[in-house]
Amino acid sequence: MKERKNIVIPTTITIGFFVLWEIACRLLHIDVFILPQPSTIVASIWQHGSVIVDHSLQTFMTTMLGFVLAVVVGLLLGMLVGASPAVYNGIYPIMVGLNSIPKVAIVPILVIWFGIGTVPAVLTAFSIAFFPIMVNVATGLVTMEPELKDVLRSLGATKSKILWKVGIPRSMPFFFASLKVAIGMAFIGSVVSETIASNSGIGFLMMTASARFDVPLVFAGLFVIAIMGVGMYEFFAVLEKRVTFWAQRGNELVV
Amino acid sequence: MEDAQGGTSDFISIRGIDVVYGEGENEVLAVTEASLTIREGEFVAVVGPSGCGKSSLLKVVSGLHPVRKGSVKVRGEEVVRPVKICGMAFQNATLLPWRTALDNVLLSLEISEDYARDFNRKRREYREMAMELLSIVGLVDFASKFPWELSGGMQQRVSLSRALIHQPRLLLLDEPFGALDAFTREDLWAVLQRLWLELRPTVILVTHDLREAVYLADTVYVFSPRPGRVLSRTEIDIPRPRNLETTFETDFHERVNSLRAQISRPAAV
Repeated sequence: MKERKNIVIPTTITIGFFVLWEIACRLLHIDVFILPQPSTIVASIWQHGSVIVDHSLQTFMTTMLGFVLAVVVGLLLGMLVGASPAVYNGIYPIMVGLNSIPKVAIVPILVIWFGIGTVPAVLTAFSIAFFPIMVNVATGLVTMEPELKDVLRSLGATKSKILWKVGIPRSMPFFFASLKVAIGMAFIGSVVSETIASNSGIGFLMMTASARFDVPLVFAGLFVIAIMGVGMYEFFAVLEKRVTFWAQRGNELVV
Repeated sequence: MEDAQGGTSDFISIRGIDVVYGEGENEVLAVTEASLTIREGEFVAVVGPSGCGKSSLLKVVSGLHPVRKGSVKVRGEEVVRPVKICGMAFQNATLLPWRTALDNVLLSLEISEDYARDFNRKRREYREMAMELLSIVGLVDFASKFPWELSGGMQQRVSLSRALIHQPRLLLLDEPFGALDAFTREDLWAVLQRLWLELRPTVILVTHDLREAVYLADTVYVFSPRPGRVLSRTEIDIPRPRNLETTFETDFHERVNSLRAQISRPAAV
């Protein structure tokens, strides 16, 4: 019963949003060139179907490559940073500094190094997505209860054993929560890179479409990105619930 | 109790220790000039006002915190690193939420060197040991439940079992029942007493509940307000097993009251 309620409300609101958009465009006679109606955008997706599929597959692939890279590096760095206060203090300023650089700004550098195309897009996606993963994993490790540490140390536990038996499982809820954020970030990264320096992908498609003043196609690109983003978010939300069920059922979420 | 080497055969011997936390201006003297001697298998309770360094005592005995001055010996050996023969439980049960009650108890065996070596080979035997403990604390039917499915008192029973499964010679308890309601607490006194009578570890129980101390302990030490020092040592010779009836007897009350009197006038020392 409750499950059903959870689906009904968001669906209603989402449909309502598009219906309002459609009605507003028609009533106020908004030019397609300014803001196309949802129905026009869907028609455009239908019309350019095969092209859109090709480019979205490219974007999806680069995003996932960058994302997987971000998961691997973020997990390793997070464990390193969280396991040792010395590394934590040492590496943090650089990490925060790197993270505050707008990623658009590094695309030209990546193009100089690797040329136009897939590689800069993958790396841009990676560079945005790995940070939340690293920070969350490190936080999960650092926030272990001191009493629990005492219990383990008094049993003669080594650092690696504490990390393996308690630290890593304990940081999993933090890790999975960060994946939901990171996947969205990865899409931003790859699309930004594609709009600047690429000849394929949704970002590229939108740039060409806007150069031809094909505004419905530009919006079609946005739609497709949003759909992929929602899909992947849901995927990781379900995965999170499955794997770290113990952190979500109790009324006290492990913090 | 002099032995051949001229030392003492006491299980734990604490001589004139100072314990300090923090550094520089934030330095706090938690315990000063404290001495106590504990026999093997003795049940000791340490009582005193909050912040009097009772918990510090547990930390130095277990080797998790160094002393500034004096000496701590366990089985005649100076404590310089975690002693590995102790089990610990705290006010917060600190169970691992991704493990069932049974697996939480088994954690100690997965970590303690003596057991971890054979963990995979002896898994079945270890499970039986854990189930046996869970049945002593009355949780057999809850072995496969996760911590969030257990009440506070049940979680504390699991925590006690985890502290005892590796058959430690020394059990350190830091206000383990402090967060429980009065009825649950009294239930758990009986549980702890039963565990102690069966396994006979040496116990140091830190508590601010004087009834709890008298119910459970052979010997009660009263600590002064910070910096904590030993004000008195009282032997409780009420026969065991003690039960709730015991707590209504005059004898019991007199002891609790005399301890209370010592705590309420620390200036008399």
